[in-house]
Amino acid sequence: MSEIIGYILICIGLAFDFFGVLGLVRLPDVYNRLQAATKCVTFGTAGILAGVFVMEGYSSMGLKPIICIIFILLTAPVSAHAIARAAHRAKIKLTDKTIVDKYEEDKELY
Amino acid sequence: MKSTIKWRIGFLVVIAFLVINFFVFSYDLKFKLMNVALFSALFVLIRTVLGPSPADRIIAIDILGVLVVGICALIAITFDQSFFIDIGMAWALQSFIATLALAKFLEGRHLDE
Repeated sequence: MSEIIGYILICIGLAFDFFGVLGLVRLPDVYNRLQAATKCVTFGTAGILAGVFVMEGYSSMGLKPIICIIFILLTAPVSAHAIARAAHRAKIKLTDKTIVDKYEEDKELY
Repeated sequence: MKSTIKWRIGFLVVIAFLVINFFVFSYDLKFKLMNVALFSALFVLIRTVLGPSPADRIIAIDILGVLVVGICALIAITFDQSFFIDIGMAWALQSFIATLALAKFLEGRHLDE
């Protein structure tokens, strides 16, 4: 039974990974691509590791994915925020369909 | 018009891969799941080569590191060896440090600032 639940979690994680990577290829802009790709971190790989934990149980192999999940969930938003801030400060252009850019207005205030 | 044809060809490639992977050949299920992750890694490499700005390439390398962690977990349950997850953990650490360093480099600052 735990093996079936583990396979279901792994399949959900792989689907999130696949669609996140499709968004990385398809979307028109750096910031849109970053928004699609961060989904692939947070539920994709964490889902695969949670599936491995459910399949293996409380053993030496089953507790390593927990450490890995904690580390990935802590570091992925940090790196995504760093990339977005650096890309905006390096003046990489937004796409043509952009309506509003609040970060630029906030930078003009200070 | 030309870009529409390009996206249609890509869509057909994705559909053909999924049909061939899951319905034509008869592997073990774990190998089929691993093929999906490797195909995603191929798309990430396409964005790494074609990306118009440096930030695209940095994002692609970051996501490649995360995908490799998932592939390592799949290999670990396929061959019942637990040390592959250790490789994934080390890869996640190094990918995080590399992404922060590249973002700082893109912003135009130095590493000791």
